[in-house]
Amino acid sequence: MFLACAEVLIMKKAILGKKLGMTQLFTSEGLAVPVTVIEAGPCQVVSVKTDKKDGYSAIQVGFAEKRENLFTKPVKGQFDKAGVRPLRFLRELRIGDCSGYEVGQDIKADVFSTGEKVDVIGTSKGKGFAGGIKRHGFHRGPTSHGSRYHRRPGSLGAKGVARVFKGRKLPGHMGSERVTIQNLEVVRVDPERNLLAVKGAIPGPRGGLVIIKNSVKGKN
Amino acid sequence: MNLIKSLEQEQIKSDLPNFRPGDTVKVSVKVIEGTRERIQVFEGVVIRRRGTGLSETFTVRRIASGVGVERTFPLNTPKIDKIEVVKLGKVRRARLYYLRNLRGKAARIKERVRKQ
Repeated sequence: MFLACAEVLIMKKAILGKKLGMTQLFTSEGLAVPVTVIEAGPCQVVSVKTDKKDGYSAIQVGFAEKRENLFTKPVKGQFDKAGVRPLRFLRELRIGDCSGYEVGQDIKADVFSTGEKVDVIGTSKGKGFAGGIKRHGFHRGPTSHGSRYHRRPGSLGAKGVARVFKGRKLPGHMGSERVTIQNLEVVRVDPERNLLAVKGAIPGPRGGLVIIKNSVKGKN
Repeated sequence: MNLIKSLEQEQIKSDLPNFRPGDTVKVSVKVIEGTRERIQVFEGVVIRRRGTGLSETFTVRRIASGVGVERTFPLNTPKIDKIEVVKLGKVRRARLYYLRNLRGKAARIKERVRKQ
């Protein structure tokens, strides 16, 4: 039962890409759509994991150039085994049924088509050690009238328990974490230049690695 | 960044006339009514141009039946069929917001002579 459900939910295709930045595109109706342009692929399948051999199914995909002399021997060995040129990023993508994929196969931007809904995964920009206001949206204290209570987090909880509960929102490190933005529309696909334009913002800085995959929630 | 520039460049119109704030223009806007498409002309004074490249917009102000109407258009939208410069205006600032407080004779703009 569980397996059957999982199979329906599991995504069918995914690609690695580099965030290039944001701009706007006009639709045929003349509306300006804010888009993020992603250099998606070409990726190469480095390894295919199967249920039978590995206990789960996934594909290992490589993306982006890097000078060959910068690879360590063990990493290079992985690519040599697959007969693929060494690539900068190697990521494993759980995409359900992998029987359609072969080692050495190219994955290009044209796996997605215009109008499709996708999820984009990236690493958000690091904000360093951030206070409660920036990190959790706390309210601030008054600025004047003798107030000496400005951006502090406030009460940490009840008195009786004599401790602070786990999960209490407090200042701390913010950003640099894996973030998924769901249900973005693919506005344009340019297979010649390996470009994908998705509607709206995606996590991370320009030049950051992102994973684009079928939307989990969106209806295509 | 260059890829984004080239993507924008594809959409930037090259056949636009030169015009600046103070000029009077006729903007032909494509309007879709049900299934039919027709062209509506909006004529007035350009009171502002802002932004650069693909995202540049301009605002046109006209007095329609006694009421001031301002419309802001993206310069490169495919909705604009054409822009026609009717009159050149001589003004001393880039944003003509002061026109909003003036009416009738006072809201006239001196004509600028086109340089040869």
